[in-house]
Order: sequence, then C-alpha cells, then structure tokens
Amino acid sequence: MTLAFSLSGIAKRYPHFALQDVSLDLPEGQVMGLVGVNGAGKTTLLRLLTGLAAPDSGEVQVLGHRLPEGQVDAKRDIGFASEDMRLYRGQTLRWHMDLVSRIYPGWDEPYADDLVKRFELRPEQVLGGFSHGQRVKALLLLCLARRPRLLLLDEPTTGLDPVARLEVLEALADVLRDESRSVLFSSHNTHDVEQLADSITFLHKGRLVASADKHAFVDSWRRVVCQGALPAGLDAWPEIASARANGSVVEIKARAWNDQLPARLAAQGLQVQRADPMALEDIFVTAVRSGGVA
Amino acid sequence: MYQQIVDQITAKVMAGDWTAGQPLPSIRELAAASRVSVITVRRAYEELERAGLIATRQGKGSMVAERSDLPTVLMHEELQRQLEGLLACAARLGLPRSELHRLIDQAADPDTGSAADPTNRKGSTP
Repeated sequence: MTLAFSLSGIAKRYPHFALQDVSLDLPEGQVMGLVGVNGAGKTTLLRLLTGLAAPDSGEVQVLGHRLPEGQVDAKRDIGFASEDMRLYRGQTLRWHMDLVSRIYPGWDEPYADDLVKRFELRPEQVLGGFSHGQRVKALLLLCLARRPRLLLLDEPTTGLDPVARLEVLEALADVLRDESRSVLFSSHNTHDVEQLADSITFLHKGRLVASADKHAFVDSWRRVVCQGALPAGLDAWPEIASARANGSVVEIKARAWNDQLPARLAAQGLQVQRADPMALEDIFVTAVRSGGVA
Repeated sequence: MYQQIVDQITAKVMAGDWTAGQPLPSIRELAAASRVSVITVRRAYEELERAGLIATRQGKGSMVAERSDLPTVLMHEELQRQLEGLLACAARLGLPRSELHRLIDQAADPDTGSAADPTNRKGSTP
C-alpha cells in the first residue's frame, strides 16, 4: 500500500496551543475528512503536511518525501488551498492561471478552462471584484488544474452558498476518478465529510481522538432510547458519551456500541426500546461535549 | 448514505434499465458520478451482492446478477413491503379485514366507489 502521507509521533507547540501525539496515515487514492471544532489543530496539521511548519518532534512523510527537508520536491505534487491564502486583487484570474501554469509543469489548461466554466468565473475579471464564493472557487481552480497527487484543503466549502458548495463538491468528486490522487480536507460541515470522505479523522484540543473508516466510525455510535429510571454512574461507562432522562424515557448516546450493551443496561433497570444510527453531526457534537473521546 | 446507492441500483434493475449480466460502473466511477466516497459505493456493492442482486467476479468487476426474473422478484419484494405497511397501518386504525378489502377496491376503481367518498362529489358547494 502506497501512502499519500504519513505522520508519526508528531508534536508541535505554539504559545497557546499544542498538537500532540499525532500519528496518521493516508493511503493513496483515498479521501480523508478532518473534523474538529475551531482551534482543534486542523490547520496546524495541514501546515505540517505542506512543509509550512516543521514539527518539534516526530516525522512527516509526504508522497515519499520527508518534510521539511524534501518540501521542494513534495510541493510539486501537493495542492494546498486555504482561506488565508491571498490572491492579487489587482490582477485577473487569467493572469493568476498563467502564473501558476508557468510554475507547475503539470498544469492542465483544458481542465482549467472546464473549471472556469463549471465554476462560472470570468477569467478577465480582476480578483478584487470577486465575491467570497468566487475567490474560494478561483483558489480551488488554481489548485485543481495542476492535477496534484495530494490535495490539502482547509475548509473548502466554508462560507459558500448551496450552489457554489455543490459545484466545489462536484469538482472534488471528479478527483476521485483517478486512483493515484488523494485528498485531505478539513470541514465544519459534517455533511460534506459524510458524503465525500472514505475515512474520518477527529481532532480535539490538539489530540487525535479518532481516525477510522467512515462507516466503521459512524456505525460504532448509537442513539439508544430506553424505558426506566436513569441509574447513577451511567456517565462513567466508557461506552456511554451522554445519558439523560426525560420522564421515564432515558436517551443514551453510546460510542463503541455492541450487542452486549442492551443486556448490561437491562441489568441496571433500563429496557432498550430502540437503537438508531447517528448522523456524523450528532456524533461530533456529542463527542466534543463529552470531552472529546470518540 | 450507502442505502441511497443501494436503492438507486435496485430501482434501475427493477425498471429494467440495467439488465441481467450487464456490467456495473466501477466503484470509482460510480462514486465520482454520484458525488459520494469510494468506500460508500463499495459498501453498497457488498450489500447488493449479499442480496443476490449483483455478482462480482475477480478482476472483471461487478455485474447485474444473471437472473431474468430479477425485476419481477424485486417488484414482488417491494409489493410485500408495502402490504406489510398497509396491514400495520390498518391494524393501528382497527379496520376489519373486510373494510380494508373494500378500501382497496375503491382505491383501484374510484368511480364505482361508495357515495360516501367525499372526493367523488363535484360542485357540491351551495
């Protein structure tokens, strides 16, 4: 199995934030969704993978190159797009496209033109007049048309209207056709992650709390509705992220759901009425509120 | 989410759009076309294979199972599910079986239905 990237034992400390004990691999051809609240460490992780930041300890390998030493070689095949990247306000989109095409030999002009049409952008317009959504799409276009082997996208759909968001997701889905290309994207929009990602990586307070196959991760959680009185100490069970009573109905959100749990709950006087799968959004909020252990 | 892919493929086979033995799109192709992840389509294919709707041959990809009666079988399954729903709903309403029969006849043939059916009255407003 070829790895698009591999992080092992990473630590990176800033004055008010530290990323700790992060070990993470992305197999080639896969899409990984990075979720976490603001300040969880998503952007720091992406910056380490682009070589923009060096870890205090641990090893970063991207597309077979060790970073930051091999960043020049790695960057040829990395496409990074983030909101805080600035384009030249006084120059047109066409000017930016020409600039990028001269730097990167992999630039695919027909694909770039196709993206211009799909994103409904005007190449002769100066960037200063672009709306937020148009700027996001322009940045993504400049990134995608290079056909990088690894796409690193920091919040690619944040602040987009529903139509623009769909256009961006469609363009990202097209990348999947090529099995040698990999994507890591961070998002607050759990629906985007649920839709496009093969695996989910969950960061909280600078630590990696989960990284798993999307279906396995989502399947390990259940919203359990029980009849009975809420027993004391249920919160302390490692499988239970939250439990609350409403009259004689007890709602439990369980991580690491398993077939033995109903019997164990019954022993505490709780009859399980139903155990429903949970949406990633609900899992995310429940996990964060319960202290982040997913 | 994989359930949507399962439903879409089932619908296509039921409608006869995809016929017995027809090759299915590759997992990657269908993922890109449906804007969902590769893993989701893979899971849907596994589910469809367990249900006997598709068959996967090593190195040859997946195809619609070679059974000419597949659309009929699927439609019978669908009918069965709807009948179960119908019976469950009638039970909740406490309708006797004879009343359920009468309602089915009436739904199939509204013009000959009983005069008590309010939807049959035209221009009844004074």
